[in-house]
Amino acid sequence: MARAWSLLKGPALPGINTTVNMEDKILLGHGSGGKLSHRLLKEIIFPYFSNPILDKADDAAVFDCKGRLAFTTDSFVVQPLFFPGGDIGKLAVCGTVNDLAVMGAKPLYLTAACIVEEGFEISLLKKLIRSMAQAAKHAGVKIVGGDLKVVEKGSCDGIFINTTGIGLVPPGIKISGNNAKAGDAVIINGNIGEHGAAVMSARNDYKLKTNIKSDCAGLNHLICGILKASNKIHVMRDPTRGGVATTLNEIALQSKAQIQIEEDSLPIPEAVRGICELLGIDPLYMANEGKVLIFCPENESKKVLSAMRNDPLGRNSRIIGRVVKKDNPLVLLRTAIGSTRIMDMLTGEQLPRIC
Amino acid sequence: MKYIDEFRNKEIVKKLATRIKELEPQGINLMEVCGTHTMVIFRSGIKQILPQGLNIISGPGCPVCVTDQMDIDRMLKLAGIKDVIVTSFGDMLRVPGTTSSLEKERAQGCDIRSVYSPLDSLEIARDNRNKEVVFLAVGFETTSPAIASAIADARKNKLDNFSIYPCHKLIPPALETLLKAKELKLDGFICPGHVSSIIGSASYEFVASQHKIPCVISGFEPVDILESVLMLLKQIREKRSTVEIQYKRAVQPQGNILAQELLKTVFTPADARWRGLGTIPQSGLDLNSDFNKFDARERFDLTVKNPSIPKNCLCGQVLRGVRTPAQCGLFAKACTPENPYGPCMVSSEGTCAAWYKYNR
Amino acid sequence: MCLAIPVKVIKIKEKSAEVDMSGVKRLVDVRFLEDLKAGDYVLVHAGFAIEKIDEEQAKETLKLLEQIYYDEQK
Repeated sequence: MARAWSLLKGPALPGINTTVNMEDKILLGHGSGGKLSHRLLKEIIFPYFSNPILDKADDAAVFDCKGRLAFTTDSFVVQPLFFPGGDIGKLAVCGTVNDLAVMGAKPLYLTAACIVEEGFEISLLKKLIRSMAQAAKHAGVKIVGGDLKVVEKGSCDGIFINTTGIGLVPPGIKISGNNAKAGDAVIINGNIGEHGAAVMSARNDYKLKTNIKSDCAGLNHLICGILKASNKIHVMRDPTRGGVATTLNEIALQSKAQIQIEEDSLPIPEAVRGICELLGIDPLYMANEGKVLIFCPENESKKVLSAMRNDPLGRNSRIIGRVVKKDNPLVLLRTAIGSTRIMDMLTGEQLPRIC
Repeated sequence: MKYIDEFRNKEIVKKLATRIKELEPQGINLMEVCGTHTMVIFRSGIKQILPQGLNIISGPGCPVCVTDQMDIDRMLKLAGIKDVIVTSFGDMLRVPGTTSSLEKERAQGCDIRSVYSPLDSLEIARDNRNKEVVFLAVGFETTSPAIASAIADARKNKLDNFSIYPCHKLIPPALETLLKAKELKLDGFICPGHVSSIIGSASYEFVASQHKIPCVISGFEPVDILESVLMLLKQIREKRSTVEIQYKRAVQPQGNILAQELLKTVFTPADARWRGLGTIPQSGLDLNSDFNKFDARERFDLTVKNPSIPKNCLCGQVLRGVRTPAQCGLFAKACTPENPYGPCMVSSEGTCAAWYKYNR
Repeated sequence: MCLAIPVKVIKIKEKSAEVDMSGVKRLVDVRFLEDLKAGDYVLVHAGFAIEKIDEEQAKETLKLLEQIYYDEQK
């Protein structure tokens, strides 16, 4: 944990005006570990993240933990910072929570390191910190450490956030991308492409007005329900950047399996279709931030679907395909007109087509 | 979605496929000359439900793919000029020139922006009066009215820091070149629906009357394409050759007169160099003298060395339909979407990209 | 080569129109079309409406196609 956070314990240092003006902007001094940092952390960041481990204000979080651990990190650089359905803060918490949850782990603790651009509005930082705290509370995780650095204007795009997470994997859980078996059903918990579409429409590049909201959400409670319903889950993965198509291809390669998806079964909301048709983009490659792909034996799929549909994040859960065989790793799509073709991984950036 | 979903009806598609099979085509070659048709055909898997005796060949229908290497290199030189913002449709960014690409130049610090519309490029020019903003005008007849509008608005609003790199191509002259080359036995053309919304159907008459080859102007959904194939096969069976419009809901025989008028005001047909087809007379569009100052080739020194194309790259032959991507030794081995040798692999409507993505 | 999609005209403001595509709205330039009104469907390419969808023709085409389907059913 950064030294700056250790200054948070105890009364305010003498001579400091403890009120941070919400209209102020971040200065280089806020990241230097001195009085400005102290004030920022004590009065804006720390109160939102408070928990017994963090409150000790030591250089590292120390806690007891027995069993197999899941450990992950991710960095978040989304633009714009605020979009319909979420913001970079919520994304940073949910993204790491989800990476733990899809391994079958119970997410426990997160750290949050922020790199903030000089001149960033403190009121916006407060909004993001509050958002992170809310997401953490909803997921039942504690933010037990962090860091804040400030870089010169122009050196980063507002704010970059890294979160690292630790979770506990119960005994007997063997969920991995290499674990898909022939005959497995491929299930998704709901609509695809909403996050990508929401972010695209929030960026003014394409001048679109929509009501699409990002699906950004912590999936650990949904996944807990799935694992209670079935102990035969083979693969779980959240299809984030690169979309469902890219994630399925990753699993196909890891598992050396051939997967076939049914185009007719894909849950694509009308508004996402609209943006995709307009810009010439394929919804299968649009990012998701609240979706999970589940691979389980066909005869487990009924109870898995039932458990998923019981959760608010899984009402639209459905089977979208099957693992055809453990050979010739490939993802195929049976199209709406009944033909079969390859569903490839995303190459490069998905730019809108014109021609 | 209205006017889309109905034309993707699975049952109607199956029935059209059955009707096509009943005509028992043998050794029939139909060519489509539109990258959007290429993509729909591959993405929906239409070829799989067509009989063996029917071959749908992709022609030079991708405007990014037919952009000559010299033009690509000159655009790259443009990007490197100080205080120039290059704006372009996204498709162009990854096309490899002789030594680099726009995407790579952007990573080196050049200001290169992808836009949805040429009007967005005008807005960038308005917001950056101290910079020169150039739009890479790549496209066929569907797109040239949009570009003509941007030029007309730039003149009206005195946006003197805006210009275009003219690289438009016209489809009918390319059809003429393909037919004269006689490299392939061609039995019919699936003509591009949206180009035809602008130019109408008369521009293809010479194909039907002089070369005796049927033409059907097709829409873009699987039902449209299959109905067009059926209409072509009927013409072939009945030994007719006319220009028919399948895409009646969006194509008038006379085309869009207002768009044609603006095009005449701003542009003049000129000879143009196509990748794979060489120089085709009157197949490009130059700016009229009134609008000459908006030509980036006049404004900037874009001299470049002689361009070179990677050895063994068959983009040219693929564009003429004489080779399939699978017949190129580089395809899916050295040449992939991540490491493209030529534009056909990198353009979102390139034939090689379609084969690689959907068919390999 | 020319991705254009049918969208519904919601409102016309001089040479621009607000169009709707399944809940996604955008302003497009309509200088190439005359006698446009709210409720019409247009094809949009690169921010421009390039043609009006002829709804009668669309219905006609679909009717013929459905006939192929129903004929086959008999």
